[in-house]
Amino acid sequence: MANNIKVLYDKCVGCGICVSSCSFGAISLVEDSSHSKKLKLAFIDLNKCVYCGQCSQICKFNAIKIERDVLDVGVDTHLYNGVLVYAEQRHGEMATVVYELLNEGRKLADKLSTILSAVLIGDNIKSKAQDLINRGADRVYVCDDPIFVEFQDEPYAFVLSQLIEKEKPEIVLVGATNIGRSLAPRVAAKVRTGLTADCTSLEIDIQTRNLKQTRPAFGGNIMATILTPYHRPQMSTLRYRVFKEAKVEEGRNGELIDFKIDMQTLMNRTKFLGFIKDSSSVVNINDVDVIVAGGRGVGKIEGFKLLKELADILGGALGASRAAVDAGWIPYSHQIGQTGKTVAPKLYIACGISGQIQHTIGMRASDIIVSINKDPYCDMMQTATYALEGDMYEIVPNIIKEIKVLKCS
Amino acid sequence: MNIIVCIKQVPNATNVQIDDETGRLKRDGVEAIINPYDEYAIEEGVRIKEKLGGKVIVVTMGPPQAENALREAIARGADEAILVSDKAFSGADTLATSYTLFCAIKTIGNYDIVICGKQASDGDTAQVGPETAEMLNIPHISYVKKIETIDDKSIRVERMMEDGYDLIESSVPVLLTVVKEINTPRVISLKGKMAARKAIIKTFDAKDIGADVRKIGPNGSPTQVVKIFTPVYRTGGEKFVGQPHEIAAALVKKLSDIGVI
Repeated sequence: MANNIKVLYDKCVGCGICVSSCSFGAISLVEDSSHSKKLKLAFIDLNKCVYCGQCSQICKFNAIKIERDVLDVGVDTHLYNGVLVYAEQRHGEMATVVYELLNEGRKLADKLSTILSAVLIGDNIKSKAQDLINRGADRVYVCDDPIFVEFQDEPYAFVLSQLIEKEKPEIVLVGATNIGRSLAPRVAAKVRTGLTADCTSLEIDIQTRNLKQTRPAFGGNIMATILTPYHRPQMSTLRYRVFKEAKVEEGRNGELIDFKIDMQTLMNRTKFLGFIKDSSSVVNINDVDVIVAGGRGVGKIEGFKLLKELADILGGALGASRAAVDAGWIPYSHQIGQTGKTVAPKLYIACGISGQIQHTIGMRASDIIVSINKDPYCDMMQTATYALEGDMYEIVPNIIKEIKVLKCS
Repeated sequence: MNIIVCIKQVPNATNVQIDDETGRLKRDGVEAIINPYDEYAIEEGVRIKEKLGGKVIVVTMGPPQAENALREAIARGADEAILVSDKAFSGADTLATSYTLFCAIKTIGNYDIVICGKQASDGDTAQVGPETAEMLNIPHISYVKKIETIDDKSIRVERMMEDGYDLIESSVPVLLTVVKEINTPRVISLKGKMAARKAIIKTFDAKDIGADVRKIGPNGSPTQVVKIFTPVYRTGGEKFVGQPHEIAAALVKKLSDIGVI
């Protein structure tokens, strides 16, 4: 048995709405010779169709019929309830993305009139639970054991999947950090459910309780909205510094649950031997309020000295586009964008950066973007909050001078 | 040492666009390439083989034209290539793709290391590696930037983190996903090109790998793409034109007024 899709030609009027709805380019309008008026009607190319059902939903004339194979569905979605956040910690420190997950998770839980839980895995970690409650969690599961002192995929995935199977949350949110992007897929495969990576926006369809997960693909050139309609939980990793952090409410009430697992069945075939900190990145550009970034337009290594001066006076850090890193003007640890870091400072000053999508994907969530560029028509100048047309070597020294004046006054 | 490298053929699309009229991806005329991260996976597999002996088998799930990607992998030093291709596989999400690769790898059988690129440049999910490892019931290590030591029983690697790297040891067999810091892929040699031309590419369909039809393609895919669109992020703001000292002063005043500096 296989999937089947067909156009009911007695109903199709050739309006073409399905053609534009198809994300896969599988539908076209073809002249129907059997029809007396020679109308152009919908034709589905089965080599391109993936049976997503978008066309059949959008058709106003119920002219597209889709029969799906028996789906690999093992769950009754009604049995699942609640939102669960994975509270990632490293070396005993909470990852800041957890606060963003709690903020977003709280909103989803409220919309669904359900509870928000968090799960904390680590060694001697119980003291961090109140922090999660203060940030919006109604319940915190703690799995505390020396074996969990450092992150390793197998034991952590074991705990998380055990918890999911026992507590049956309808939504599980994980930060799209290196850890989250390694752990979440392992868990999704264990519990056999869908996982959507790097989400930048989440919405609830209240009727179906489905989570509409929107994420960039093709390096941010397109966005896709993804559902997990028949499986539970609906798992997403969330890109960090895209969502706001949950506010602290001191002394908020919540429940703390010791989550016990059967250590006998725990499998661990890896060993954590140590962490070596990268000494080249003295300032973590993820954690500053101001970033002064340079691109191809900086033109020479000396330009970054000028930008450093501006960054220093603003208490910020240096960033760069890939072009500047590839040119050898600044180390890779400063690279922002698709193959570098994602940042969202309060102020982002882009000098000589044209604003290709590979770069902007890593900084577009910044509050205020200032662009300094000779080319007023480049993307960065077109989209910046404040666009200064001209030569950075003439403008930046003047900005530094003005700030000094401001600070003295 | 038997090494399996999983690769994906992707559109060479740093500038994939959506046709405004039809709302679909413009795929016509876009060249197909090996996912850039997979080139590091192939290179690392070949380096392990050169050091310890054995062979590198490269596997891809994809349409018939993905054979080109496999031939290029042979040119880059892989010994054998398997195309896992069936109409029933199309429309697979990461879970169904992982299941398909899992079935293919089980069919190949004897292996020590499975290597994947960190992620594919079209989907950017980084999920298929860890999901496949879970199905194979072997450990995985993501974001590997260096293999420090390797023998037939254990491996020690550097796992890249945001602020440094973790040193991780694992038993073998294991699945690794690698980042571009791990090596510099070699230039394809003339010998490689000849090997690629002569290579016989094996093809596995759903039956060959014993796949459960409920777990492949759209049937085995819990996630569904319901909409794609071109992102609109910012619409632009205030323009400052004039003498450098004038616009610099205007900007500083502005930033000071709104309390940013």
